[in-house]
Amino acid sequence: MQKNQELELTATIKRISGVNPRLCMKCGKCSATCPAFDEMDYHPHQFVDLVDKGQIEKLMNSKGIWNCLSCFACLERCPRMVEPAKLIEAVRLAVIRQQGQNHLKPEQIPDLLDENLPQQAITSAFRKYAK
Amino acid sequence: MVFSYFPGCTLKTKAKDLDLYTRKSAEALGITLEELPDWQCCGAVYPQAKDEIATKLSSIRSLASARDLGYSLVTVCSACHHVIKRVNHDMQTDEDIVLRANNYLQLDTPYHGETKVLHYLEVLRDELGFDELAKRVKNPLTGRKIGAYYGCLLLRPSGEMQFDNPEKPTILEDFIRAIGAEPVIYANRNECCGGYITLENKPLAVKKASAVTASARANGADCLITACPLCLYNLKENAEGDMPVYYFTELLAEALGVK
Repeated sequence: MQKNQELELTATIKRISGVNPRLCMKCGKCSATCPAFDEMDYHPHQFVDLVDKGQIEKLMNSKGIWNCLSCFACLERCPRMVEPAKLIEAVRLAVIRQQGQNHLKPEQIPDLLDENLPQQAITSAFRKYAK
Repeated sequence: MVFSYFPGCTLKTKAKDLDLYTRKSAEALGITLEELPDWQCCGAVYPQAKDEIATKLSSIRSLASARDLGYSLVTVCSACHHVIKRVNHDMQTDEDIVLRANNYLQLDTPYHGETKVLHYLEVLRDELGFDELAKRVKNPLTGRKIGAYYGCLLLRPSGEMQFDNPEKPTILEDFIRAIGAEPVIYANRNECCGGYITLENKPLAVKKASAVTASARANGADCLITACPLCLYNLKENAEGDMPVYYFTELLAEALGVK
């Protein structure tokens, strides 16, 4: 990725998330509380750091963006109101807003269904993983 | 007491019990819930990005509809409550979202977050009162040890949800006492059940849900109560063991003798 593209992408992530990663004091509380910690290749505090460094492409290719549970624990417990969950959502959107980059496709759904699965789960997953 | 009522999609399908017992218990308590006409799906998750407008419109339509009817808006599903309450907060505080949403919707009267959004538990606590509820109980659930499962969406982010103390909530425990049972406090009552990750990463959902039920069991809970259909699914279908899980409204209806 060209340097100017990367700068533009970083600015977009900061704008649509409303997060200022510079406020982070690297206390690690977000990572300590993250219920998906083991599934995040970049743990929440590292995620914030990479946004600050402008390395968005790395984050867009990480599996962690699909494993964030949107439980808002990191957001609630951040002592500096950095709110990592909003950055993770913004990077996920940067991926799925591209043509043909949906992470979940309707044809995958029949195999994932079971008798008791609430509609809420499917709607949530489409909102999180597709545009 | 009259309120507008937003049931949500799942309450019309897989979570019919949550809706049915909400209506039955409300009727027994003299609370009138008038279902909003033409409500639409809330979208199930709150769109966090500041430039997401279209995904918030269905919630704004419901909020404006309740405003026009002149009632507070009551929800019962944790996810619907979370989404509608936070979108309402945006409509009170974020000028850019207010401007763009109203430009799109072209309502007769533009919407600026006037509607008060209440969860049914808040109606029981703040409008009726748990003391009053306790007086109306016909079949107290004496001897039942019940773990309250809050999950994420009712409590966080606390600044917007304003529901209870996010780390040390009491509303569900107070509810459990009001219906005559004994609340069981356990560590994972406000930790994530796995949510929608059940479709993306099943092993993670199993791990998260199992941690909740194991924590509740270790502290002596006979069963769990929740307000969320997806939490109920994860705790029943994905958690190891067979901890019974009910909607809080089902036990409420039982205690009121209308189940």
